[in-house]
Formats: sequence, C-alpha cells, structure tokens
Amino acid sequence: MSMLELHGVCAGYGGFRALNDVSMAVEAGESVAVIGANGAGKTTLLRVISGMLPASAGRLSMEGQDLRALPAHKVLSTGIAHVPENRHLFPRLTVEQNLRLGAFLPSARARFPERLDYVYGLFPRLKERRLQFAGTMSGGEQQMCAIGRALMSGPKLILLDEPSTGLAPVVVQQVFDLVRKIRDDGYTVLIVEQNVTQVLAVVDRAYLLSVGRVEMSGRSADLLASEAVQKTYLGL
Amino acid sequence: MKLNPAYAVGLAALVALPFAIRAVFPGSEKYYLHIIIQMLLWAQIYTGWALMGRFGLTSLGHGAFTGIGAYVTVMLWNFVGLTPLVGIPVAVCVAVALALLIGYPSFLQRIRGHYFALLTLAMVEFVRLCIIGLRDFTGGSLGTQPVRYGDGISLYAVQFEADRMIAYFVALAVWFVGILVWVRVDRSMDRYALEAIGQDEEAAAAVGINVTREKLKITALSAAMCAFGGAIFAQYQMYIGPDTIAGFGVSLNIVFGVVAGGIGVMLGPSIGALLTQLLSEGLRMFFQGSATLNAMLGSRALSLDTLIYGVLLVLFIIHMPRGIVGTAMDLWRRRRGGS
Amino acid sequence: MTCSLDIFFLEAVLNGILLAGLLALLSLGLNLVFGVVDVVWICYAELVMIGMYAIFFAYSTLGLPLPLAMLIGITFTALAGVALHMIVIRPLLDAAPINQLLATGGVLFLLQAAATLAFGIEFRNIGVHLGSASLGEMFFSWGRIITFSVALATMLGLRYFLRHSYLGLAILALSQDRHVMPLMGADSRRLYAATSALGGGLAGLGAALMVLQFDIYPQIGLQFGPLIFMVCVLGGLGNMLGGFVAALVIAQFITIGSSCFATEWGYAIAFLFFILMMFIRPQGLLGARS
Repeated sequence: MSMLELHGVCAGYGGFRALNDVSMAVEAGESVAVIGANGAGKTTLLRVISGMLPASAGRLSMEGQDLRALPAHKVLSTGIAHVPENRHLFPRLTVEQNLRLGAFLPSARARFPERLDYVYGLFPRLKERRLQFAGTMSGGEQQMCAIGRALMSGPKLILLDEPSTGLAPVVVQQVFDLVRKIRDDGYTVLIVEQNVTQVLAVVDRAYLLSVGRVEMSGRSADLLASEAVQKTYLGL
Repeated sequence: MKLNPAYAVGLAALVALPFAIRAVFPGSEKYYLHIIIQMLLWAQIYTGWALMGRFGLTSLGHGAFTGIGAYVTVMLWNFVGLTPLVGIPVAVCVAVALALLIGYPSFLQRIRGHYFALLTLAMVEFVRLCIIGLRDFTGGSLGTQPVRYGDGISLYAVQFEADRMIAYFVALAVWFVGILVWVRVDRSMDRYALEAIGQDEEAAAAVGINVTREKLKITALSAAMCAFGGAIFAQYQMYIGPDTIAGFGVSLNIVFGVVAGGIGVMLGPSIGALLTQLLSEGLRMFFQGSATLNAMLGSRALSLDTLIYGVLLVLFIIHMPRGIVGTAMDLWRRRRGGS
Repeated sequence: MTCSLDIFFLEAVLNGILLAGLLALLSLGLNLVFGVVDVVWICYAELVMIGMYAIFFAYSTLGLPLPLAMLIGITFTALAGVALHMIVIRPLLDAAPINQLLATGGVLFLLQAAATLAFGIEFRNIGVHLGSASLGEMFFSWGRIITFSVALATMLGLRYFLRHSYLGLAILALSQDRHVMPLMGADSRRLYAATSALGGGLAGLGAALMVLQFDIYPQIGLQFGPLIFMVCVLGGLGNMLGGFVAALVIAQFITIGSSCFATEWGYAIAFLFFILMMFIRPQGLLGARS
C-alpha cells in the first residue's frame, strides 16, 4: 500500500471541473512532482488532498485512512502538511509565532522545542529574524518560514505548492536545495511546480497534469527526455 | 419626467385617502390620519437616510440631523421668535454644516464601512449630549415644546397639528418632495458615480470620479432631508425630546425601517415606515385590548415592539438584506424574465 | 466654569484614572471580539447589561452568595456570546461587516426589550456598598479602586494569553488569515466560539464590577456602549494596552469636564476628542498603520 493514494478523484469550483478522474500514488520516502501548465489543476490537486477543497468523486487515502471522511482541520493529524501557494503566513505575527502555530496540534506541542531547533538548523536566517513580523520579510525568507511552519507539526508527507513562484533565481535555487535536504531527512514530498527543469532534478518521479487529467507519469529522467515535455514545456 | 400611470393612480389615491377615511370612519378620522401622517413623515426621513445608505455609506448618526432640524427650529421660535419659515432653512443649514464638517475629513481619510458608522455614532452621541447639556434652552432629557401660536394653525408659525386634514396634506407634500428628490438622484450621473464608489473606490478614483466630492454631496443632501423631516416632525408633534427625535435610538430606528422596507428601491423606505408604524400602533392596540396581557406585563408591554424590531432586524439582515420591496422585486424579475 | 486647580481638581484627576479602569475593563472583551477577530458586536454593552441582571437575579432574588452570583453572571454572558456568534454572526461572516453591525443592532433592541419585559424599567440595585478610601481630603470609592486593579490585571493577563498560549496565538492568527487555519490543524469554528465565549465572559466580568457601583436598568447600555467603542477604536483596534491608554485619556475628559462643567459636557468633550483624533490619527493612539 502506498502512503498517499488517489483513485479517480474529481473536483471543481461551481460548475467548473478542475480535476477529472485523477489517480496517483506516492510511496513513503519518495519525492514526487506534479507538473503542468497554468490552470492544469495542480493547485486544486493539493487543496483536495489537504481538505481545503472537497472532492466531488473518487477515493483519497493517507496510509489507508479515508481522507474524504475527514473535516479539513483533521487532515494535518494524518501526517499531511500543506505549504499553500503564496505562503499564507500570518503577517502580523513574528516568525517564531508563525512556527509555533505550525505546532498547534496537541501531539506536536510536546515536541515544539526540538522541532524548533531542527527548523532553525535548516534555516539559520529564520533564527536571526525570529522576532520579526512575517509580513515584513522578503519572498524567499517567507517561503522558508512557510516550509518551516509545515515542518513544525512533524508531518510524514509535505505538500509544496509552487514554492518558487515570484522568487529570484538565486533564491529559487536555495528552495530546491532545501527540498533536496528535506527529502534526504526522510520526509515524503509532493511538490507542484511550473519550473520543470529544476523540479525534475530533485524528485524521483513526476506526473504531468493537463486540463485536470494525468497525461503522463514516470521517472523524472524519462519525463525530461520525453518529446511531449520537451516540446510543450521546454520550448524545444 | 415621465410618470408611470401606476404612480399617478397611487398619488391620486393618497390625495383622496383622508376624505375616504372621513367617510368610512367618521368619528375616529383624527386617529387614523395621525397614524398615516406619522408614516409619511418617517417615510421622508427614512428616504433621506437611504440616499446615502444605498451606496454603502451606512450612517448610524442621522439621529443627529433629525435632532438638529427639530431643536434648532424650535429653539429659534421659542427664544428668538424667529418664524420657522426662516428657522427651518437655518436648521437645515446647521445640519448640512455638521455633515460637511464630519464628512470632509472622514472621506479624505478614507474612513469607510463600519469605521465610518462608528464615527457617525460618536457624532450623534455628541449632539445628544449637547442637547441635554443645554438644558436651560432645550429642557434637557425631558424635552420641550414649541410655543403654540394662536389656535395652532398658522403659516407664520408653521403649525398645523390642530387640523389633521391640513396636517395630512403637509405631510403628504413633504413625503412626495422626498420621493422626487430620490428619483432625481436616481436618474442623475451622480448615482452611477456613487455606485462605482460603493463597489471599488480606488477604481472609481482612477476613472476620474471625485470620490470625496460625490460623497460630500450626497451626505449633505441626506442630512438636509433628514433635518427638514425632523423639523416638520417637531412642528407636527408639538413636542421634541432628546430620545424621540435625536440620539442613537432614532438612528437605529431609521436603519431598521429602511432595511426592512428595501434600501435601494424608491418606495422601500416608505414601505419600511408603513411597517414600523403599523407594528408599534398594532401592538399598542393589541395590548390595550387584551386585559390579560395588560395585567401580566403592565407598562413593560411597551417594549414588545422593540423586541419584535430586534428579531425582525436580525432576520432581515441575515435572510432578506434587500428588504421587503427589494426581495419582492427580485422575485418578480426572476418570474418575469427567467434567471 | 466651576472649578479651579485645587484639591478637588486633583481628586477629579485621580478619579479619572480610576474611572479609566472601568472603561478599560469594559472594553477588553469588545477589543478581543472587534479588535482581534474583527467581528462587530454593537450590542456589547447590552451583554454587560444582561450580565448585571443575571447577577442581580442570582444574588437578590435567589439569595445566592455574591461571588457565586458573579460567577453565574460571567458564565451566562460567556454563553450568550457564543450564542450570539452562532445565531447572528456566523451567517454573516462573509458578508459586509456593516451587516454584522446592523444585525447586532437588532440584538441590541432585543436585549433591551427582553430585559424590560423581564425586570421592568425600574432601577435595581444589589444593595452592596463598599464605601470609600480617603487620602487626605480626597475620597475614592473602593468599588472604583477594585475595578481599576481588576482591569489592569485582566489586561495584562489577556495580553499574555494572546501572545504566549497556543489558543491565544490561534485567535490572533484567525483575524489575519482565517482560511489557512485548517492547515494548522485548527478548527476556525471552534476558535470563533472560544473567542466569543471569552469576549462574552469579559463582558460578564465588567458586569460584576458594575453592579457594585451602579443601578441596573435596561437602557444602561446606551450610556456607555458608544463610549466603549470609542475606547477600542481610539486605542488602536486589537491593542489591549492601547485600550487602557485610550480609557485613561477619555476618562480624564469625562471627570474633569464633569467637575468643571456639567456631566453631559464631560462626555460631550470626550466624544468630540474622539472625532478629532479619528481625523488626525485614524489608526488609533497605539495602533499600527495598516
């Protein structure tokens, strides 16, 4: 049994169907990417997994537990932490207060000090700015903080929604290095990205989503070499 | 201005109404006319508030304008002997001055929404406290009366309460003028500017609309109408009190009336006035008639209409924010033209 | 003007500081609900009023000991706060905030009428008199002194709670980004309910201190309701310390104005000051520019 399993998942907004019969799986310890053009349904996919958007059909499970049966705020306790698109930090709370909220789950509160140390170890710059209001930080620092906040709950699976958006190339590189580090530390990662070349370099496998459907999937090297990806997304 | 035939018929009916009442209820015409006069006067005040309210400029302070209209007129008559024919325009000017004084910095500072409402709340409280503080003139919390001139019917003293028929037509004229003002604003370019402002102030400004000026204009007009209504109300009731024609309570009553009737619709506020007056009068009669309830509740029964207002206001805001007329019109439109 | 810079003036100034305690205490709950989670309860003073009646009923009618009666009052208003949120505010969370203001305006009518129907318009009093402490020729009521201390302690406690406890932080976060709370594992509905209970309970605490000093009547909310809103906004919404400072300033206007002129003028000047400050510094005395 895979850690995260999706079978025939459909979801949408009002009359618009954003996800159509999507099936995928993520094994424990893997890192998997979902790539595709704008509007392909990538962000919707993550929101359905974390419960922020209800699925209209299909099966969704985390380590065998049915996710569709859970209210949104219970999903975190199954071990899925979602770093949303555009970070969504609490702007008028400090970095440390944001991180503390990441440990809001009762099971996470006891481990707060050690997890805080771990996160500060990953992001020394965050430690320097721990008393700074999150809203006043740069985009890259905010992304670090958002990822750190997700790590505070001690998750098994981390959902990353377009972490490189709006960031300078140097910072983007740092973000992907971070993804590699998290993966190496044993977290399972599902990352949604527009930045195809960079993301395929840090993940094992990837799914190609197009207009709400899985068009292609496979090992990242294979996908990178495939004609479809090369033509459509790399302009070759 | 084109006149829809239905409106002409309605207006004619209103003109004929007092005569019909006299015919059908010969003994108690005074009583029924009194109820209808109150409806008309409050309808005009509600309509004045709705001029601002429909564009999202929700004020909780209009009790200040009605209060100023009433008190300035009566004070000038009682202590300076100034005829309300001049006194009422003066009162209206004072109210407009206050509106501009509060409005200008507010709009400049982009104070909006419920913060604007709280500011108007401070304003109406300030006015009410001044009224009570000036008790040597105003009679303080007990209120006061305009000095009766002769037999109570006089153009010079703008007094007409003694003859209900005359009072009715005065009230009808006042109400009708209020409706005309509403229609005039509705058909003006300012209406579209204000709607744009209500939706997105920054976008409106970007298109070249002078946001502050538009807001000030409608605020001044709204204040003027309510001050005028307050003055006429004082002349009719022949009594003014800091809580009957001024204060936060009056403000809230106005808001309730308009919300219940329908805020963006011409006759909405008037229907709201119909509702509020019917409600309070109906309840009063009901309790006077019922001996058991009277024994049970005594004087407390007077607050039953407030209780019902409260419940209705909550229900209306949650389920029928467009009010009776607004919701009715929506249903009518949906029936007519599909969805 | 009937005052000069003498001992009575000093007494007025010091009484102003004590009065500030009452205003600050009353504004804490409102500042939590309005200032922190941005929900408008225009009927907040009426919640205090029904708390006062609850205490009166428990103490004077049922004969329960006063501390227990006060506890009952606080619990009652806490539950009322939760009920207010569930029934009136919840359907309006996504509507324009002005709708919350108007709907709670309806509740204002409702509560005043209900109190009148239940208890009548006569003034009630629990009949507890705490006496005054004297400092030289100046007298200060014990009620006010106790209120000031409770207010200060509660303000500090609330500040600490909001910034250093998980629930408090979650409440602060709720107003900044409500939609992300589930990702923290926090149920927004529970958080709103908790905030409403806390806000209501603080109203009850205010009521407990008010019954020691004032008569109870259904319209009493109109006396201090607008004033409490002024204190919150003037201090900077959501800023508990700011509320305390604003209460100090407003209370000075009231007491000095009242001792030099008549009572109404003291309040009138306070409101005038508020209006002027809104133009000069709309974010409030200690508020941050948004």
